[in-house]
Amino acid sequence: MANVFAFAESRGGEVRKAGLEAVSAARQLAEQTGGGEVHALVAGAPGIAAQAERLAAVGADVVLVVEHPELAQYNAEAVAATVADRIRQGGYRAAVFSATSQGKDLSPRVAAKLRAPLAPDAIALAVDGDAIVVRHPMYTGKVIGSLRVSASPALVSVRLGAIPLGTTAGAGRVEAVAPTTDPAAGRVRVVELKEGNTSTVDLGEAPVIVAGGRGLKSADNFALVERLAQAFGNAAVGATRAVTDEGWRPHSEQIGQTGRVVSPELYVAVGISGAIQHLAGMRTSKTIVAINKDKEAPIFKVADYGIVGDVFEVVPALTDAVKQARAQG
Amino acid sequence: MKIAVCIKRVPVMEVKFAIGKDGASVEETGLKYDVNDFDLWAIEAALQLAEKNPGSQTTVVTVGPDAAAEQLRKALSMGVDQGVLLKADKLPADGFAIAEALAAELKGGGYDVIFFGKKAIDSGAETVGIMVAELLDLPCVPAVFKLDIQGGKGTAMRALEGAAEVLAFPLPAVITVDEGLVKERLPSLKGIMAAKKKPLETRPAQLGAAGVTIARMELPAERAAGRIVGTGKDAVPELVRLLQTEAKAL
Repeated sequence: MANVFAFAESRGGEVRKAGLEAVSAARQLAEQTGGGEVHALVAGAPGIAAQAERLAAVGADVVLVVEHPELAQYNAEAVAATVADRIRQGGYRAAVFSATSQGKDLSPRVAAKLRAPLAPDAIALAVDGDAIVVRHPMYTGKVIGSLRVSASPALVSVRLGAIPLGTTAGAGRVEAVAPTTDPAAGRVRVVELKEGNTSTVDLGEAPVIVAGGRGLKSADNFALVERLAQAFGNAAVGATRAVTDEGWRPHSEQIGQTGRVVSPELYVAVGISGAIQHLAGMRTSKTIVAINKDKEAPIFKVADYGIVGDVFEVVPALTDAVKQARAQG
Repeated sequence: MKIAVCIKRVPVMEVKFAIGKDGASVEETGLKYDVNDFDLWAIEAALQLAEKNPGSQTTVVTVGPDAAAEQLRKALSMGVDQGVLLKADKLPADGFAIAEALAAELKGGGYDVIFFGKKAIDSGAETVGIMVAELLDLPCVPAVFKLDIQGGKGTAMRALEGAAEVLAFPLPAVITVDEGLVKERLPSLKGIMAAKKKPLETRPAQLGAAGVTIARMELPAERAAGRIVGTGKDAVPELVRLLQTEAKAL
């Protein structure tokens, strides 16, 4: 029976969904390796301890709280040193991180400090004998690798949305942990956090994504995509590489081989031809809808439902119909 | 300035991959190779920094088989001064093992900036650059889409989910490059000719022990064939009905 560590990502004093998923994944691993404890570490400005209940609710038995005014923003160097120390002392079987911007920054630092193996970007975790096996999309999602890690601690990072939130509450005992290095002495400093539009959902968390391609013809016409996203109420806006290269939308909205990889419940592709580069970022979406005037467009090969037609005619009609359906539902 | 850029030879992804006989690799027959997308932008960022600082020296490094010399030559033809091939016939599945080989080469090189692409599109791991920074005990700024380096220090921006961070850092530093920072230049004919005479050294990669292995590879399930619901806006009611009753997505 071995304990499992989880890093619970937070921003602005709140644990992110990714953090809850990391704890949930750690709970899964703890159950599968004989029912050890889950120790979740959360770092932030004083007051972050109030998040402990949320971590306990998804399976944390112990919540390790690192509070320091200089941890109000993510502080890679201080957090990595503190997490590595804690994992070293804790004798954990595994340590779970999120495969988010923050987690993908943190986990390799910790792995290198501990000289411990890291299996990144898991879409599923399993225990096989003495090894932890991680399913990890490779070759832009065209191949799924099963990565095997036998050593302890095994570090893994889990993809946003891949792990269902835990329902087994842990004890949630809170334990204060002091930062290993002075967070004020870091070499790299976050000097500003530019929050995106808070009324929009992040692509990685949105259950619905409406994405636009070159078929929209101009930046202004993206208003059609935005209105459809608003009609769904819980949708994020995405774009193809052609669109972000044109400067119609920011790179942060790009979905594809070199952009975000998303897997929402519903993906609506508007004026997108379906280049391989784009499909790499969205092909695992649960339901795909495509609207394109070219009936030969490759997007129709992956779409569950397609409408062949002019986006300028179809999308406004769909927006109205979605509004109406939601008003009735 | 002394600037290094680390790149990877990766298959061109516009193919249908097949799983190799061992069940834990992709079949290499018929694959074409190129410089990893993000690494092209890392090369470009290195060249632009060198051009802003006359007298700079740029070095491109890779870990890979003999054939990876082709990707190093591409970097040289874009304008990098010299190349180093750390020879390894097969790359381990553990990013740390690769990071150790790169760190051994870069250590003591006196580099002001070491660039990496944010991630390799074949392994999809996004770990090696950051691990090299740790091994060299250098400040690390991952996944930047804006960068300004002057007077021995820099500022950069990187995307978070739904936000962006502005970071300040001193040199020397390791920087990994995201899409949007720069667009890579095409090698000119003159560049291609010049690259043939540029120094390219080969030595064995001092790979670390691999703690991660690939037990299996498989192709993801194909999506079931979809259907065209209809043409034009008249098809919208039927689409909405299907989304409600069949896909339960609305």
